[in-house]
Formats: sequence, structure tokens, C-alpha cells
Amino acid sequence: MLPTETIAPDFALYSTPDQKLQLSELRNKKVILAFYPADWSPVCDDQMTLYNEMGKYFSRYNAQLIGISVDSKWSHLAFTEHNKFHFPLLSDFEPKGEVARKYEVYDEQTGECRRALYVIDEKGIIRWSYLSPVGINPGADGILNALEELDSVKLIKQ
Amino acid sequence: MKQLTTPVNSNDHIIGNPNAPIELVEYGDYECPYCGRAYPIVKDIKQQLGKDLKFVFRNFPLSKIHPHAFSAAVATEAAGLQDKFWEMHDIVFENQKTLDAKDIFAFAGQLGLDIDRFRNDIQQTSLVDKVEKDFETGMRSGVNRTPTFFINGQKYEGEWGSGQLLQYLKNVLAEVPTI
Repeated sequence: MLPTETIAPDFALYSTPDQKLQLSELRNKKVILAFYPADWSPVCDDQMTLYNEMGKYFSRYNAQLIGISVDSKWSHLAFTEHNKFHFPLLSDFEPKGEVARKYEVYDEQTGECRRALYVIDEKGIIRWSYLSPVGINPGADGILNALEELDSVKLIKQ
Repeated sequence: MKQLTTPVNSNDHIIGNPNAPIELVEYGDYECPYCGRAYPIVKDIKQQLGKDLKFVFRNFPLSKIHPHAFSAAVATEAAGLQDKFWEMHDIVFENQKTLDAKDIFAFAGQLGLDIDRFRNDIQQTSLVDKVEKDFETGMRSGVNRTPTFFINGQKYEGEWGSGQLLQYLKNVLAEVPTI
């Protein structure tokens, strides 16, 4: 994993079949990058399903969640429609896993992303990260604690 | 190990012995098939452990995939205002594939609720807030699926589908010092 307090590498990946999303477009927002192994894991268990419920809690901290896997944009489109996701899924598909590699979360053995989280602040600096065992859904408590701490540190500095 | 960040309190629905050595908290979603599968298992655990168990149910509706989950949760809270929380909780889990508004009102009728009051109560923002608050305490405690269980404040990470949860609770009970 990349260390905290370093600049989050910029990237542009497809978020829909015809649109790319560039990380640096999201300056002035906190960004939660959720790398995950693959679309179509079981529903009630699923990490993305949980995060989908949390949009309004993340937005309280001025944060946007983004999911990233090596699945194609077409898989993401079907996965998003099937689960009614309200946040973008990015396709790290060509060259495969390039962004995951930049973030040091690519698993060469499986050819998938590891289950890893980064919280990036409004200036594009990595402020928190977490690598979860691949079979375990890390939940949202770690992310929320990190977002809360960022906001409280800012208050102290003002 | 993840902990229950909001301890069981007077806002919770508690069944069983309030002073029991074992406190089991479930975060659940009324429309989730896994929670539906857990429902008879929990019921059996309540019977088996009797006075040794305090059981608490908190709402964790995954509304985006389960469109009836949130309204069903509010309905149980409204039934709670007429002292029928657990009755509604049971009937909803026993019929979790039919949770449209008309079904919910039919359940309310079967339970003998004051329907006018029920209709009014399910629109109370305080009940919506209660369900959301439950969800929030779950998120903060590391709930990552439904159902998620906490035993004496500690998140239970094991399997629950075929007797493991009961066995685990019995083991916990065996280690509790008797007073």
C-alpha cells in the first residue's frame, strides 16, 4: 500500500461505457477509493452493497466513494444496474490493473485487485488506507472514523 | 475485534432476561433472505438459553436492494408503540416475501393493533429517525452484512447457519462465572 501523507497518483478510468472519470476532477472533495476483487459477489454479503447505502453518510463528510476493479465497463454497467448502485465503479481494464498497481493493491496471482481502501483528502493527499483479507468485507467503520478524524483535525487547525 | 459502539440502552427492543449473562444483539434487515434464515435459528436460541439470554434486535435495512426493508422496520417500530414490537417482528420475518403496504396493514390487523393509530405512527419522523439511528450505530460498529451479531458487545465473526451460534453461546455461557 502507498504510505499516507503522499500524493494519490492521478488516473482516468471509464466510469460508464463512454465516460472517463479522472481522480483530479474530484479535488475539493474527499475521495474513498475502494479496490475490490470482482463484480458479482453474493449480495447480502457484499461490500459494495453496504457502501451503496452509505452515500448520505459519506456526503456529510464531503466524501465521494468510488469502486475500482479490473472488470470491464460492461460488467460494471450490468452490476450497477442489477444492484442499483448510486456511486461510480471504475474499470481498471486496459492496461489491466494499471491503477491497482500504482496503488500497490494488484494481486498478480489472481489477476484481481486486493480488497483495499484509501481515503484521499480534498488536496489529493492519501490520509488513510486499509488492506482487508480478501474474503472479508471490511465494513464502513474504518472509513467513517478516518473521515471524522480528518474533519476534526481541520477544525483544530482553523 | 470489533465492538458494539453503542451499548444496549433503553431505546432498544429487548426480549428475555434483562440481567442475563449473555447479551445477543442482531443487526438485521426484514427483507434479507439470510436474516429470514436466521430468524428461526435465533428463535430456537431464545428457547434453548431461556433466562440466560437477553436478545436485542436493531435495524439495518439495506434499502437500495431491499425496497421494503425500511418501511417494514418502521412498521415494527410503530407496532412497538402499541407494545407489539416482537409480534410484528415475527410476523414480518415469517412473511418476508410479501411486505407491501397492504400486507403490513393486514399484519397490523392480525395483531389487533389500533389501525388508525398505526397508520399515523408509521409516518412519524421519530420512527424513521430511530431506524436510521440503528443503521448508523451498526455502521460504526463494523456491521458489514446482514445479519451481524454481537455477543456481550463483541462482533461475532463465525458462521451461524447450522448450530454454530448456539454452540458458541453455550461455550460463552460455560465460561461466565456463576454468581
